[in-house]
Amino acid sequence: MKRENLLLLVVFILLALVPFAAELTGQSSWIKLVGQALIYGMAAASLNFILGYGGMVSFGHAAFFGIGGYVVGMLYHHFDAGTLFLGFIPGTDQMLITLPAAIVAAGLAAALVGALSLRTGGVQFIMITLAFAQMFFFLFISLKTYGGEDGIMVRRTNSLPGLNMKDKATLYWVVLGFAAAYYLFLRRLVQSSFGQIIAGIRQNERRMAAMGISTYRYKLYAFILSGMGAGLAGALMVNFLRFASPDMMHWSRSGELMVMVILGGVGTLAGPFIGAGALFTLETMLARVTEHWMLPVGILLLLVVLTSKGGLMALARKIMGGTK
Amino acid sequence: MNRVLEIAGLVKTFGGLTATDNVSLTVNSGEIHALIGPNGAGKSTLINQICGELQPNAGQIHLAGRDVTHLSAADRVGLGLGRTFQITSLLDEMTVRENLGLAIQAREGSNFHIFDRAATRSEVWNETDEILSGSALGARSKVMVGDLAHGEKKQLELLMALSQRPRVLLLDEPMAGLGHIESQQMIASLRAARSECAMLLVEHDMEAVFALADRISVLVYGRIIAAGTADEIRADPAVREAYLGEEDA
Repeated sequence: MKRENLLLLVVFILLALVPFAAELTGQSSWIKLVGQALIYGMAAASLNFILGYGGMVSFGHAAFFGIGGYVVGMLYHHFDAGTLFLGFIPGTDQMLITLPAAIVAAGLAAALVGALSLRTGGVQFIMITLAFAQMFFFLFISLKTYGGEDGIMVRRTNSLPGLNMKDKATLYWVVLGFAAAYYLFLRRLVQSSFGQIIAGIRQNERRMAAMGISTYRYKLYAFILSGMGAGLAGALMVNFLRFASPDMMHWSRSGELMVMVILGGVGTLAGPFIGAGALFTLETMLARVTEHWMLPVGILLLLVVLTSKGGLMALARKIMGGTK
Repeated sequence: MNRVLEIAGLVKTFGGLTATDNVSLTVNSGEIHALIGPNGAGKSTLINQICGELQPNAGQIHLAGRDVTHLSAADRVGLGLGRTFQITSLLDEMTVRENLGLAIQAREGSNFHIFDRAATRSEVWNETDEILSGSALGARSKVMVGDLAHGEKKQLELLMALSQRPRVLLLDEPMAGLGHIESQQMIASLRAARSECAMLLVEHDMEAVFALADRISVLVYGRIIAAGTADEIRADPAVREAYLGEEDA
């Protein structure tokens, strides 16, 4: 087995053991913390595909995260109330339906945002994606049926056939399974024919056009795939926390996802997960000690960015002796 | 004779400046047509309109009989228009082999596949390795393009452009910045490639132009002031005054 795969397997097993460790030590909050970090890692990894591999700096990625989450919340709301969404779609609490629905909804939103914003580039692209995300944010705040600013309480996590999703550990393992599958999907994606074209577009769009590649269509497809990943992460988050709120798509959330990517390592597979884990753990720990937790987090981010060009991933590689 | 590229009445203005002034020219199949002219004559503007990065104000561009005036740069490549850049434009974070491989993959298609492995597409890599082993870059295939010497980048650009199997190739100053030996190599490469496609050669290096070109057009202030065979151009008094005179004096 290759060293990289071995390392992944070890990390996966360690993560799978987290619920047992939490039970043994009586620290039940660990499950919640690691589970959330994994979900944020997925969202950050989806952003990293367009930002790190494709060179598209989207500042509105939380919109797709939030839309994915709201699909779960809204479907639960209609299921609970026994009403119909838009007058013809019944609600549901089945994860096998809600997750694909969330992925499709986020993909459609990404297609809309991407189709318009990818006609620009550079700073304009950053500002337009940000503007779209804020439009979604205010749209969902204005939906009083779905709780407005308060969001939707999801009293029971979606069901999966054969599993007791009320059990915290089971839910955690489901999340871990999705995170692992998403990681493997991304690994395949960046090595695929499409992934190579996207890497080429990041390096030199003009050159790719000279190879006959209509770069706009490829970038749009990448943007949609990335939005779908964020939608899946958002849907998992709402299941995990049993709560969907407009805060999920606030612009500061988009910034946070970017920080996770940069902290962990732009354009690397594991980087966003490491960045998410580091940032989320640090935030949680420091928030217990002081209200002003942002200051040390900011200083740390500065240190990492200034001392190592590729974030924590590059730092880890240096320490491990520069292999791969 | 079969016209691969036909430009008719092309006009491009930037504000008050007419950069391309009613330019018409043709490139026949199997031919190398050189376009020469002093700095600022509008050669690059013309090239950029032919390859689709700039839209002309008036006129048409036909590629193999098809009007491509309003097609995108990428679509024109699909119809058989290849190009090299004046300032080399490659994928610096990839190796020589990966650059050429991606060019061939782009031509082969299946570029939206997300579950395949680009590194194991044998139809792409067999051809890549075949081309590289038959070229001067064979020993450099694993080198990052960012680390290549200037002359090697120019050679790689040519290989990548030819790998698209173009009907006509636009060469934007392929000799620029090359030393004498490298220029000779480039002339030899272009001569070898002339059986594969027609070429429109924009070049300052007169030695190269006279060594390669079947026909020459002279562009001055956005206008073609003379066109003909190499001997006719050499003898044309207007050309000598506007352009060659500087060097012959």
